[in-house]
Amino acid sequence: MPELMSPALIMIAGALGIGLARGHLRAAMVLLTPLLTLWAVWQVPDGVQNTMHFLSYEIEPVEGSPLRRLFATIFALMAFVGGLYAYRLAKWYELTAAFFYAAGAIGVSFAGDLISLFVYWELMALFSTVVVWCGGTAASRAAGIRYAILHLLGGVVLKVGIEGVVVSTGSIQITPMLAQDFSSWMILCGILINAAAPPLSAWLADAYPESSPTGSVFLSAFTTKTAVLALILLFPGEPVLIGVGLFMVVYGIIYALLENDIRRILAYSVVNQVGFMVCAVGIGTQMALNGAAAHAFAHIVYKALLFMSAGVVIYRTGRNRCTELGGLFQTMPVTTICCIIGALSISSFPLTSGFTTKSLISQAAANEGLVWVYMLLTAASAGVFLHAGIKFPWFVFFQKDSGLRPKDAPWNMALAMVIFSALCLLLGLFPEWLYRFLPYPVDYVAYTPGKVVFYLQLLLFSGLAFFLLLPLMKRTETISLDVDWLWRRGIPAAMRWLGRAMQPLRATGGRLGSASQQLLRHLTTHYLGQPHTADREERALFARSWPIGTTALWIAILLSGYVLIYYI
Amino acid sequence: MMQGEKPHWLTRKENIRKLWWVFSAVLALTVLAQAVIYVKGYFTVDGWFGFGAIYGFVCCLLMVLFAKGLGLFLKRPNEYYAERDDDA
Repeated sequence: MPELMSPALIMIAGALGIGLARGHLRAAMVLLTPLLTLWAVWQVPDGVQNTMHFLSYEIEPVEGSPLRRLFATIFALMAFVGGLYAYRLAKWYELTAAFFYAAGAIGVSFAGDLISLFVYWELMALFSTVVVWCGGTAASRAAGIRYAILHLLGGVVLKVGIEGVVVSTGSIQITPMLAQDFSSWMILCGILINAAAPPLSAWLADAYPESSPTGSVFLSAFTTKTAVLALILLFPGEPVLIGVGLFMVVYGIIYALLENDIRRILAYSVVNQVGFMVCAVGIGTQMALNGAAAHAFAHIVYKALLFMSAGVVIYRTGRNRCTELGGLFQTMPVTTICCIIGALSISSFPLTSGFTTKSLISQAAANEGLVWVYMLLTAASAGVFLHAGIKFPWFVFFQKDSGLRPKDAPWNMALAMVIFSALCLLLGLFPEWLYRFLPYPVDYVAYTPGKVVFYLQLLLFSGLAFFLLLPLMKRTETISLDVDWLWRRGIPAAMRWLGRAMQPLRATGGRLGSASQQLLRHLTTHYLGQPHTADREERALFARSWPIGTTALWIAILLSGYVLIYYI
Repeated sequence: MMQGEKPHWLTRKENIRKLWWVFSAVLALTVLAQAVIYVKGYFTVDGWFGFGAIYGFVCCLLMVLFAKGLGLFLKRPNEYYAERDDDA
């Protein structure tokens, strides 16, 4: 029965179809599959829809709820607009991988039990790696391998946790828990690796900027936000998440400020924004969880929009560093305006989607009396305007004139950006459209004059700080070391050093080894004889040829001994 | 967004100076607006006059300086990781 099938299966079928089809048919499949999936998402009623037997467990691949539908909706929408953006430029295998990846995200959204969640989780890990590889450069191949290793590691950690929970509770149900014992900690760690939380956050800024201009649009949307959904479902109100989220918020800003590569700036700001959501899940009140869900929805839209504008710039100019860009606004008006709308949204500027969703999280912190959390989130809002709101558009489209006069975006890329820009503004102007679909009833007025004045002060004076500090913000031809230094340089260097330090020990070991080898050889030749027995020499005891009669005699003796012992 | 129609409008010096004046006026207005519009403070300090402006400015200043300081230790040349051959 089709209404019981997971909408993810439609996406999987579409992904396979894209690989098989050619030309216009493929374009049609790229655009229609997500729309069909979107329709299917809204056919899923609340509650568990079907169960299957797997080993001795009851699997529930489809469970509906407002929260799950909200996430699946934005994932399907993202696949549609991303597909529109990518389909003329991306290779067919990139599109197929991206749609499998989206199917994984939608599957996780509806997974009613931990086993289905894990299966779709790994589907995402696999195909997102392929998307990274579609960058097609040596750097993207290496980054893809590092990305895969980390995500498979995260998958193993998650699996260990799931098995622990199943063993101790006997249930594979997805129910809210707190990180109290080993298994729940493992589940939390597995999810947090995908959320790009510290200390293994560096995979995101390492891998995303190495993918193709279209690939990074897909990558920015799914992995971290499914992790946020999993946190909302499994760990609402887990206090550890407040600290983790705040760290991510600040870390994202500081690294984005240091960065020169335009997509790496955006990658760090993904970590920053997911930090807001993780922190909200940690606060755990109904308003905070609404905030996390709403912010994830809005974030996918404006972050994809920003990655799209960066992708157009890279596609048109072939350059990806702030130091090589500038002055592009003169010939790329559509891309510039869409980028500015995305940048204002991420900065939660009034009238954009960021304002109406992020302020839910701040409000939830204020309602709970969490002074420091509220103050840090407010400071971070200012910091977001600094690094993503102004820095990104300024260095790409304005600053000095780089002399580049590239053409504006191709029509399909421009249309994708315009759709998401419009969505950013619509969600900012009519927040109740989104509030209606949040998991809990919303009793919150986004726009009060006081709030607007406060945020305008905060953001505009951050802007003033940016332009006054511009000499300090001058981009340099550098990269910044992150935690990935550990496995790209630190550990290999430590191994080499250890190898050198062990040299004398190895020599002694070698001498001892050859001495013991000689001893063994001597013993074996003494008792077993020479290895080669083709000559007529006298053999050692066990290597000699014995007449068959002797063997028969010995067997007879042994057997009669056995019988004797048996009767005694 | 005027820049599309008039390509070099934004790049001229006198216009940039004008923009600074406009920007300053807007900044002043957002602070002065607090005289007539009540800003609700959740923790007393955030309701003070001009708190948002000062907090935003100071926080950004600190973050930029902190990033700058951290950059002294963390920044490396583009070619630092060997496989990062310049074909991205």
